[in-house]
Amino acid sequence: MKDAVEEKFLFNKTTIGFWLYLMTDCILFASLFATFAVLRHATAGGPSGSQIFEMPLVMAETIILLTSSFTCGLALVALKARKITQMVVALASTYILGAAFLTIEISEFAKLIGEGNGPAHSAFLSAFFTLVGTHGLHIFMGLLWLLVLVAMLMRRGITSKWVRQMTLFALFWHFLDLVWIFIFTVVYLMGVAK
Amino acid sequence: MFGRLTLDALPHDPVTIGGVAGGTVGLLIIIAAMTYFKKWGWLWREWLTSLDPKKIGVMYIVVAVIMLLRGLADVAMLRAQQAIFATSPNSPISPDLFQQVFSAHGTIMIFFVAMGVIFGLINLIVPLQIGARDVAFPLLNSISFWLFVAGMVLMNVSLGLGEFSAAGWLAYPPLSELAYSPGTGVDYWIWSLQIAGVGSLLSGVNFLITIFLMRRKGMTLMKMPIFVWSVVTSMVLVIFAFPILTATLAMLGLDRLLGMHFFTADMGGNPMMYVNLIWAWGHPEVYILVLPAFGVFSEIVPVFSRKKLFGYTSMVLALIAIMILSFTVWLHHFFTMGAGANVNAFFGIMTMVIAVPTGVKVFNWIFTMFRGRVSFQTPMLWFMAFVATFTIGGVTGVLMAVPGIDFVVHNSLFLVAHFHNMIIGGVLFGAFAAYAYWFPKFTGFRLHEGLGKVAFWCWLVGFLVAFLPLYALGFMGAVRRMDHYDASLGWQGLFIAAGVGVLIILLGVFFQVVQLAYSVWKRKELAVGPDPWGGRTLEWATSTPIAEYNFATLDAVHDRDAYWTVKKAHEKLSAQYYDIHVPNNSGYGALIGAAALGVGFALIWHIWWLAGVSMIALIALVISSTQRTDVEHVITAREVALTEKRLRGKRA
Ligand code: HEM
Ligand SMILES: [Cu+2]
Repeated sequence: MKDAVEEKFLFNKTTIGFWLYLMTDCILFASLFATFAVLRHATAGGPSGSQIFEMPLVMAETIILLTSSFTCGLALVALKARKITQMVVALASTYILGAAFLTIEISEFAKLIGEGNGPAHSAFLSAFFTLVGTHGLHIFMGLLWLLVLVAMLMRRGITSKWVRQMTLFALFWHFLDLVWIFIFTVVYLMGVAK
Repeated sequence: MFGRLTLDALPHDPVTIGGVAGGTVGLLIIIAAMTYFKKWGWLWREWLTSLDPKKIGVMYIVVAVIMLLRGLADVAMLRAQQAIFATSPNSPISPDLFQQVFSAHGTIMIFFVAMGVIFGLINLIVPLQIGARDVAFPLLNSISFWLFVAGMVLMNVSLGLGEFSAAGWLAYPPLSELAYSPGTGVDYWIWSLQIAGVGSLLSGVNFLITIFLMRRKGMTLMKMPIFVWSVVTSMVLVIFAFPILTATLAMLGLDRLLGMHFFTADMGGNPMMYVNLIWAWGHPEVYILVLPAFGVFSEIVPVFSRKKLFGYTSMVLALIAIMILSFTVWLHHFFTMGAGANVNAFFGIMTMVIAVPTGVKVFNWIFTMFRGRVSFQTPMLWFMAFVATFTIGGVTGVLMAVPGIDFVVHNSLFLVAHFHNMIIGGVLFGAFAAYAYWFPKFTGFRLHEGLGKVAFWCWLVGFLVAFLPLYALGFMGAVRRMDHYDASLGWQGLFIAAGVGVLIILLGVFFQVVQLAYSVWKRKELAVGPDPWGGRTLEWATSTPIAEYNFATLDAVHDRDAYWTVKKAHEKLSAQYYDIHVPNNSGYGALIGAAALGVGFALIWHIWWLAGVSMIALIALVISSTQRTDVEHVITAREVALTEKRLRGKRA
């Protein structure tokens, strides 16, 4: 059995390591944002942002994702208090909200492609699909991770390893929220503004 | 079923067929020998699945050496073409092949030779120097290595199946876009770098955490050996720069795969954005390579001058200054793109500023030697050669940092001479110095000194003969990547001289091979103890060969030259042993590498089902690798005591 000092070290090591990884992800997104900023007006005769963005849907996405971050936070609080049922409910809500977000995003993409405004249509659309899609891919990975966490929980219960992983997942999820705020502002709000 | 992969993909021209046949036969001989001597199990258990950074380091270096040989073979072809066939219309090397070869040479040398030796060295030396038993995330380290291997394999598969990129080592669009490079070449380039790059990124995170959290008690940041500091700065650059590469390659890949328009010449695409992004990674990349080489020299000079390093603090500050400044100069690679005089002036000045901390380091090394008892053994010779060549390279670099001058020599052979001065003189000579210096630590015997000196002189002379003519040719107007020129230009003499230089370098390589073989053969005579040079840092405190757990006891450190002080004070290491946890072997690294290879290969050839299957396998492997339960085993205190007795003889 590992002692407390070692467990604490393990916890620090993984959390700080994961933080660093998130920083690298941040830079990945920064590169995509920079490219988007450069290509924003390169519509090549195709539609611009203000012509294709459906703001009510985007608003809904934003609220859903923020709420999922909130429920994810609640899950951590419940975990600290060892209220397992509450935690599971909070995690389930996180999952459902995340999945809802992804569904809306995919339907938005599908609609655009269906109308002939796919990513190959102009540099602006390439940048738009890639930036937003990369965030969506991260959400997808997060949902997968959440499933793995639940499977781990059912198999072995709450172990110190599970707590560590859950903490990392929460970090990841909040990070994606933050990125979305930027996407919401830079891509959508600034896109529909004049 | 096989996407674009048809029999047409097999090589057609005699030169490539020869290369592929040679490589395949070599591989088959190795496989047959391994099978005959029943060594596969041993290889798998002792090496391929090992999570011991000492072994992973050796594997990195083995891969890098093999790739160095391939990179040199490529260069021999380039030089033969330029020296002999460039003025005649018929040549065994077609223009298209020539372009593939210089692209492959640059890519291989940077990503699989230079990065390989750097990560190999880091794996070997950093845990020892910080007095640790392991890295922070051992399995992740193995995964990084295998991603590096997967990228390397993919890169070399292009030789036999399809083609390699003909768009230069940085694949500038629009040339690298589908419209102008419809084949598989650029895709090979993209995916092999993408896979290897993710491995480097993960390594960066791993080693930063290792250094920040796993140092020996008492080793404060300003007591770390300077090599470790150089690795810190290099790895910070890795985690800041490599995500940019990942994003850039992904965007170019999307252009080619899904017909997007990031960098195309039409539909709003912006090729200049690519050039900015790739150099925002590319300039830091050259410092990622050279900073650890600086670190190596900072270890070697004090030991061979029998003095402590002059100006430790200023060395650290210089490293940090270079680290920060290296993100403010990328535009000097494309002054000619037309950003305007003011922008060019800013980046030109920043580039000159970066020479200041570099100069500080050179002076510190020289002051360390000053009044020291310098012994000129091979590591020190490599250092002296480094100072000379690197200074030439530095001066020509500062010259090109003047935008007006750069307009004249941009994309000429002058530039090619400049960056080889930095990269061969800096990174490669640093690696050779490190090889001579640390080899006995891991093997228990030295490399033969005489043969080492012969190899050294061949390399140095060969290098100068191969590259000094290029400065002149550059001034005379010879551009890079050129396979034909008119005889009336009178360039052939200089090209022939440069070709002779390559032959002398190859002679140096030959002597290095002989040196290794001879030293292994005479290992009894060349045997040395665990501290052959009078080392100052903790790696010399271990036994030789080094035990799996590195250090039996973890005594606190009091001083910068941790081992030197212990030796001087005749302190005894404590002999109270405790149980030690060491990581179990794991095959996940190799499997994840294989899956990544599958993904890359499938995406290159548009074999969608294989891409899907490998992707799912990759994700499943990653998930299941996080679920391992028996991650480590215990070496009991009793076993430790026995091992120490065996390895250290009576001295334990
Ligand atoms: C060891 C002896 C070496 C020789 C003789 C050599 C020679 C050459 C030659 C002839 C070229 C083509 C120049 C042209 O454009 O006409 C070249 C390009 C290049 N080399 Fe080397 N090289 C050597 C080592 C290295 C090393 C160690 C590295 C990096 C670690 C390196 C990186 C490059 C790069 C990046 C290019 C540019 C490729 C391009 O144009 O896309 N070389 N080298
Ligand atoms: Cu640069």
